[in-house]
Amino acid sequence: MKPNSKLLSAPYTVWMTIFIIVPMLLVGYFAFTDKAGSFTLENILSVGQYSNVFLRSIWLGAVATAISLLLGYPFAMTIARMSAKRQNVMVMLVMLPMWMNFLLRTYAWMTLLEDNGLINNALAAIGLPRVHMINTAGAVVLGMVYNYIPYMILPLYSVLTKIDRSVIEAAQDLGANSAQVFLKVVVPLSMPGVISGVTMVFVPAVSTFIISKMLGGGGNLLIGDLIDMQFLGSAYNPNLGSAVSLVLMVIILICMGIMNQFDDGEVNEKGGMLL
Amino acid sequence: MKKAVTVKKAGGRIYTFLIFLFLYAPILVLIVFSFNDTETGSRAVWGGFSLRWYRKLFEDRLILEALRNTLLIAVVAAVVSTVLGTVAAIGINGMKRLPRRIMMNITNFPMVNPEIVTGVSLMLLFVSAVRLFGGRSLGMGSLIAAHITFCLPYVILSVLPKLRQMDPNLYEAAQDLGCPPVKAFFKVVLPEIMPGVVTGMIMAFTLSIDDFVISYFTSGTTQTLPIYIYSMTRKRISPEINALSTVLFAAVMALLIVVNVRNLKDQGRQPEKEV
Repeated sequence: MKPNSKLLSAPYTVWMTIFIIVPMLLVGYFAFTDKAGSFTLENILSVGQYSNVFLRSIWLGAVATAISLLLGYPFAMTIARMSAKRQNVMVMLVMLPMWMNFLLRTYAWMTLLEDNGLINNALAAIGLPRVHMINTAGAVVLGMVYNYIPYMILPLYSVLTKIDRSVIEAAQDLGANSAQVFLKVVVPLSMPGVISGVTMVFVPAVSTFIISKMLGGGGNLLIGDLIDMQFLGSAYNPNLGSAVSLVLMVIILICMGIMNQFDDGEVNEKGGMLL
Repeated sequence: MKKAVTVKKAGGRIYTFLIFLFLYAPILVLIVFSFNDTETGSRAVWGGFSLRWYRKLFEDRLILEALRNTLLIAVVAAVVSTVLGTVAAIGINGMKRLPRRIMMNITNFPMVNPEIVTGVSLMLLFVSAVRLFGGRSLGMGSLIAAHITFCLPYVILSVLPKLRQMDPNLYEAAQDLGCPPVKAFFKVVLPEIMPGVVTGMIMAFTLSIDDFVISYFTSGTTQTLPIYIYSMTRKRISPEINALSTVLFAAVMALLIVVNVRNLKDQGRQPEKEV
C-alpha cells in the first residue's frame, strides 16, 4: 500500500493539528499570559507555591505504582504459567472491572472505607477497634492501586507469556537456580512490560483528581484537583491552570524519559515514546 | 520435589484468589447494596431486599437522557474515528521513515499525555473558538469532537500492526490483475486488516462510553452518564448509584460473553489467530 499515502493521512493530520497541536499551543499561550493577554511569567512562578501539592502527587503516585508492580508481577507470572484456555479467562477477569466506570469503582470503596462503612462494621462486630480510613492519604493510594492495577498486570502478562520456555530451560541446564533464573533471565526479558506497566499506572495516578476528591477528602489535594479548581472550580483562573498543566506535562515527560533509559529501545515504535 | 510443586501451585491459587477478591469485592458490595431497602439511606446497613432503587432509576428522566447522550456520542465517535483512523493508518503505513515517525509521535502524544491536560487543552480550544467565532457554547458538538480525538490513536494503533503483517504484494497483485484501487481496497486490503479495524472500533466505543475526565472539561452543561454519576457521588448518599452500577455491570458482562463466544467460534475456524 504505497500510493497516495500523504493524501490518505491528510484528514487525520488536519484533525490532529486542530484538536491536539493547537490546544497544546493554547495551553502554552495561557500559561505565559495574564488575563489581559500580555506576556508574563507570573503564572509559572506562582506554581512554586504549590510545590507541596506536586510533591504529594508524585509521592502518592509513586507509592501506588510500586505497590501495583509488587502485587501485579507475581500475579502476571501466575497467569502466564496457566494453560492457554485458563489464561484467556484470567485476562478477561482482570479486564472486567475496568469496564465498569472508575467513578463507580471508587464510589464502592467509599462504602467500604467509611467510618461507618462495611470494613469498620465488620471490625466492630468481631470486637476490634474501628480504624479511620476514609479521607487519608492511604485511602487515595488504595484507590489508585485498585483503579490502575489492571494496567500493570496486562502488559506484564503479555510480556511474560511470550518468554520462550527454552531460554529458561537453557538457564536451568547451565546450572542457574530458580532465583538466578528469575533475576537474570525473566526480569530482564520482562523489562518492556515493566516499563509500560509503570508508565500506564504512574501517569494516570499522578494526574488523577477524582480519586483524591472521593477518597482523600479535602486534605489530600493533588495536581489534578489544583487544575480542576482553576478551570471548573471556585478559583477560576485558566492562566494559572494552564501553567500547572504545563508543569505537570514536563514532570511526566521527565519521568518517562528516565523510564526509557532502562529500555533498550525495542518498544520505540509502539511503546508510546515521545521526542 | 513433588510436594514443593504442589505447595507452590496452591500458593499461586491463593494469591490469584486474593487479587480477584481485591478486584471484585467492591463491585460485589455495590451490587448487593443495590437491593438494599433502606429508609435512612445509610450506605452500609442492610435493611432488607428491595427493588425500589431500580424503580427509581428507570423513572429518572435525567439518567435516561444522559444515557441517550452517551450512546449517541459513542456511536458517532466510534464510527468517525474508525473510518478516519483506518484511512490514516494506511497512509502512515506507506510513508517513509521520518514522516512516519512524526505521525506516530503525534498519534502517541494524547495517549501518554495526562488525560486531564488533554481535557483542559480541548476546553481552552472550544472556549476560545466560541469567543472568536461565536456559535453555541460547549455541548454535544464539542463532546463528539473531543471523543473522536482521543479515540483516533487507539484505532490507528490497532490497525497498523495488521497492515504491517499484510503482504504488500497482495494489493499490487490485485491491481496487476486489473482491479481498480478502490475495489482492491475493499476486496483485498480491508478483509486482511478487518480484525484490527473491529478491535479499534470496539475500543473507541468503550473508551467513549467510559470517559469521564475529558468529557468533564468539554461538556458545558450537557450530561453524559459518567458526568451524571459524578454528580450523584457528590451527593452524600444515593443508593440509585448502586442500582445503576449493577445494570451497567450486567450489560458489560452480557457484551463480553457475546464477544467471547464469537471469538471462540472464530478460533474454532482458524486456530492460529492472534487476539
